[in-house]
Order: sequence, then C-alpha cells, then structure tokens
Amino acid sequence: MLRRTLLASAALGLGLMAATSSLAAGMDKVKACFVYIGPIGDGGWTYQHHQGALAVQAAYGDKVEIAFQENVPESADAERVLTTMALGGCNIIFTTSFGYMDATNAIAAKFPDVKFEHATGFKRDSANVSTYNARFYEGRAVQGLIAGRMTKSNKIGYIGSFPIPEVIMGINSYYLNAKAVNPAVELSVVWAFTWFDPAKEADAAKALIDQGVDVIASHTDSTAPLAEAAKTNGAVIGFGQASDMSEYKDGPRVSSIIDNWAPYYVKRVGALLDGTYEQADAWEGIAGGEVEIGEITALVPAEVKAEAEALRDAIAAGTYHPFTGPINKQDGSAWLAAGATAPDGDLLGMGFFVEGIVGDIPQ
Amino acid sequence: MLRLEKRPNPSQFWLFATPVVAVILTMFFGGLLFASMGTNPFTVIKTIFWDPVFGEFAFYLRGQLLVKAGPLILIALGLSLGFRAGIWNIGAEGQYIIGAICGAAVGLAFYPTESRLIFIPMIAAGLLGGWAWAMIPAILKTRFNTNEILVSLMLVYVAETILAKAATGFLKNPEGMGFPGSRNFSSYPAAANPELIAGSGLHWGGVAAIVIGGLAYVLLARHIIGFQIKLSGQAPRAARFHGVSPNRLVVLCMGISGALAGLAGMFEVTGPAGQITIDFNVGYGFTAIIVAFLGRLNPVGIILAGLIMALTYVGGEMASTNLGLPSAAIQVFQGMLLFFLLGVDVLTNYRIRMAGGK
Repeated sequence: MLRRTLLASAALGLGLMAATSSLAAGMDKVKACFVYIGPIGDGGWTYQHHQGALAVQAAYGDKVEIAFQENVPESADAERVLTTMALGGCNIIFTTSFGYMDATNAIAAKFPDVKFEHATGFKRDSANVSTYNARFYEGRAVQGLIAGRMTKSNKIGYIGSFPIPEVIMGINSYYLNAKAVNPAVELSVVWAFTWFDPAKEADAAKALIDQGVDVIASHTDSTAPLAEAAKTNGAVIGFGQASDMSEYKDGPRVSSIIDNWAPYYVKRVGALLDGTYEQADAWEGIAGGEVEIGEITALVPAEVKAEAEALRDAIAAGTYHPFTGPINKQDGSAWLAAGATAPDGDLLGMGFFVEGIVGDIPQ
Repeated sequence: MLRLEKRPNPSQFWLFATPVVAVILTMFFGGLLFASMGTNPFTVIKTIFWDPVFGEFAFYLRGQLLVKAGPLILIALGLSLGFRAGIWNIGAEGQYIIGAICGAAVGLAFYPTESRLIFIPMIAAGLLGGWAWAMIPAILKTRFNTNEILVSLMLVYVAETILAKAATGFLKNPEGMGFPGSRNFSSYPAAANPELIAGSGLHWGGVAAIVIGGLAYVLLARHIIGFQIKLSGQAPRAARFHGVSPNRLVVLCMGISGALAGLAGMFEVTGPAGQITIDFNVGYGFTAIIVAFLGRLNPVGIILAGLIMALTYVGGEMASTNLGLPSAAIQVFQGMLLFFLLGVDVLTNYRIRMAGGK
C-alpha cells in the first residue's frame, strides 16, 4: 500500500518534472513560418511583414528556419496553407492579415503544439493562439497635426479602406489632432473598399482633390494617392502608408507611418527558443518601435516639424494619448470626460466618428 | 516553311491528345523556368504533381484536392454548355458571389434555427441568386444585342462591391465587435455544409459536382436541348433552320451556368470558407473557364480537368512553401498550362504541312 503510493507519487513527480521542463527548456531550433496576403514585393503591408521575417533570420541565424507563403486568400485556402505548414514542422506560424482569424483559430485547435500568432485579430480560442497589432492611431495623430498645420484650404482628406474599427480609429485620431492645432479644419473621408488597388485609390484621391482637399492621408497600401498628389505641382501633400514610400520624398510625401514588425517577431521567436514563450495579446505603438514616423521632409516648416516630433515623443513617453477627453461622439453624445483617455476596448471596437466629422460610416 | 492547313474534319486523335500534350509541355517548360531560378525542376514537378496524391501528407491533401476541385467542376460544367453553343459567360465569378450571398443570407435570416431543413431553401437561394445575376447579361443580349462577354465580366466587379457591402454591412456578424465578416457557419451546424466523411474533403458541393456531371453528360448525349446546343455552336444557320431559337438558347445557357456558379458559391460559403468576408471570392469563376476548355467542354473531361487544376494549386502551394519558390512562378506555371492547351488545340482543326518551294 505504502509502496504503491510512493511509486505513484514518484511517477507523478517525474511526470510533473517532465512537463515543466518541456515548458521551460526552450528549443534548439525553431521553424518560423509566415502567411502573407500579398506578394513580398508589394512595397507596403506584406513587404513590411517580410522584412520582420528577415530580421528574425538575421537575429538567430542557424537557430531558425524561415518559410513563407505569399498571396494566400482569406478563405478555405488559408486553412490548407496553415495545415500543411503545421504538418510540415513549423513551430510558430504568423498569419499576417485580419481575414485569417477564423482559419488560424480553427487550425490552432488541431495542432496544440504549434504556436500561432495572428495579426490584427481579437480571437484567441485556444492557448496556443496569440494576437498582435500595432497602435497605428498614434502615427495618425502625428499626421493629423501636420495636416492641420499645413492645410491652406482647411480641407483635409482621408482615403478609408473598409469601415472597420482599425480604420475608424485612424480617421478619428487624424481628425482630432488636426483640429487641436487648427479648429477650422474640415475632414472628408472617401471609402475605397479595398486594401490595395491603385486605380481605385487614385480615383479616391482625385475625388478629394476635386473637393479642394490639400492634405491626403490614406489607409490603403499603394502609392497611387501620392502619385495623384504629385500631379498638382505641390498644391497637395500626402503621407507614406505602411512603408516609407520614400520615392515620393522629393514630391508630395511629407512623412509616413512605417509598420515595423521586426521587434515583435524577433522577441516572439526568441521567447520560443529560450523557453519563455507565453500566450499574448500584444498592442505596441511608437514606444515599442512597431509604429515609426518616417522622416518629415523640408516641405514642412521647421517649427511644425519640431511640433510633430514633440508630439511623437510625448506619445512614446506616455505623457500624451491621442484620444484625450473631452470628446463627444458624432451624434453629440458624450464619450470621454475631460482628461480621460480612451480605454483600449473602446478603440478596438470603435464604430463611430467623433464630433465634428461630417458624413456617415457605411453600414 | 511550315504552314497550317485546315482539316476537313476535326481530328479525333488531337481532340483527346491535346490536354495530355499540353500538360507534358507545361511540365517541360515549367521545369526550365524552375531550373533557371536555381531549384531542381524534378523536385518541383514531383512536389506539384506527385506529393499531394502520394506524398507524406497525402492523407490530408487528397481531401483538399476535392475541396478545391468541387467548385471548379460545378462552375465549369455550367459554362461548358454555353461555350459549346458560342455563348460566352465570362462572369461566373460574379454569379458565384451572388449565389453565396443569397444562400448565406437565407441561412443567417433564420439564425439560430436548429432545423436542418433550412439547408434546402438555402440551396434554392444560391441557385436563384446565380441565375438572376446571369439573367442580366442574358436579357440585355437578347433584347438589346449587347455583348454578353463584356456585360457578364463587368458585373463581377459590381458583385464584388455588393460582397464588400454584405461583409461590412447587412450580413455582418452582430457579435463580431464591428469587424467585417458574417457569422461563421462552422458554429451554425443546421445551415452548414460540413465534410461528409471526416478527412475526405467531400462535402455536398462535391456530391453535386458529380451528380450534375452525370446529368450534363445525359443532356448532351441524349436530350434534344443538348443536340440544339451542339448544333448552334457548330452550324448556327443550320440550327436556325432546325427551329432553334438563339434567344431561348442564350437565356437557357446563361441561366444554367449562372445557377451552377451560384450553387458552387453557396456550398463554398457554408462549407470550406465558412463565412461571407470581403475577399470571399478567390477566382474560381475565372479558373473554371480554363477547366472547361482543359476538359474539352466534356462533362467527364471537366471532372478530370478540375482535379488536375486543383493539383496545380495544392501542389503549387507546397512547392512555394517548402522550396521557397515565389508564388508568381507558380502562377506562370498555371498560365503555361492554358497557353499550351490553346496552342496545341490548333492541331485539332489544322494540320502542319511542309510547304515545298514557293
């Protein structure tokens, strides 16, 4: 009796030891795999993710193996790609578009030993699914300030992709921070209903320019809006989106938001290697290095540039939040009291414009 | 000098040899392409054509071939009828989208019913949606003599806009925190189109593809409408003397191809895709045009062609992930298949002659 109990507890102890050591031991080599929505040469969203993957390779050399798949549709194809990656020995899989959310969670449930990291989503149905995103609205605040100071017509524009919280949050941040420095500013939003379509984006930019808009921000990934702005001989300026778009530096591009996924990817793969990996819901911004503000060009007066950089640094230091009350919703109802800052939950589910923006969010 | 000479009758040999020769030529020139990119062409070809069926992960990938081939076959079967009669429905992609939206909308309207019967009106809605979308170019053609190629193609972009509206608006998941996309049918079993045998990849869409393949075969071989379709394509004047109404045929062929595309969309959205999303459509409607021709517009051929096309997708993906080939190279490889198919097809109706002297 006693011996049996002893044996049983010994076995239990061994089992526990084995379990904890496998958790903490880390791995000698990690195969990190990436699923991309576009081609790695798109110059925007996917390009930046791939730069992150290359940074992982550079950081760990022989200890990691990188594999990736481009142009994966957000459909049943994503499930197949994820399954073959998991079967093929990937230890961690980064799915880099919102539309992979359900596929990521469905496949993660079938492969509990593989870590899944889903960009910009909110579902973490099993313990091996983490989500990550960047606080792009922080970059929008800096763009808003520049727009508010630079506009001569007091009309600024925004090319929206889809009416989802991520985009609405960016529009609100851009508007609020433009209005803070220029109370006369008016914002026009044009919805392109695409993430990447140079022709549609150019049409949207033209529509804004026809309305008298002279500063254009875009939430779509091509350089087409900048190309349209370039045709106005300096009358209209804009910003690089997702990547620096530095080819327009001598023209209309006065600054940019650069998505920098490298720090997060290096950190997560490193954690898997040294055994400290845990499920996460990451949302880093300028402070974490994931949102970078591209060089502000000479077209912007020095004092505006200094003001924009001060705003950037204040956000990074945590002394300023782009959504600081008092802020009302578009319909006039109260949202944030004076001095209050927006809770993350409100931002992640944001479905309303703030007071002062004209026009409806398409339903 | 080589010269082409029209054959008095299409060559029966080349009719069947064309797809085989095209696949072999694609393998050869595709192999050259891969070799020039520094990968071993034999490994790539093996990864694309052999591994999905017989390789290490075949137990999973074989089923995926059916998932991928199902909608291609369904759509191509419908298209082949019109193509035989010289009626060019290029907009199956749009009809596929509208069928999916209509089918999903009926299912979601009754959320969260537990009655499996809901699946029947959903199928009907998918068929009707695709049919109605195809009726627009059909009626414009019969009434105003517009070009059905252009109209049906442009309606694809209209359908894509409606799809974006559906995903961000009227079909949006009310519990989705404002994010685009409908409810997922995988958590709504009464209205879902699940795998019928676990791991097989076979869902109702695959069953429908096989059944409709059989029906199409009977229609073409035994039914008067099949005869009229073939006659209109081969000899339009003779067909008119025979009493075939060209307008009736346009409405019929466009209607059938639209309905089948809509059906494929409905099975896809409730099954493998699971939900209406902004980018729900992935080009099945366009790829099905290749499948229809690769299968010689013949129902049995189309089923085989659908499986081969699925193989290039599934295998191509494997090659891309495992061997690090850019996905553009795989797309070039698929493009070669159509190119060689059309190129070699010349030999069905023409023969090559050496022209001596002048």
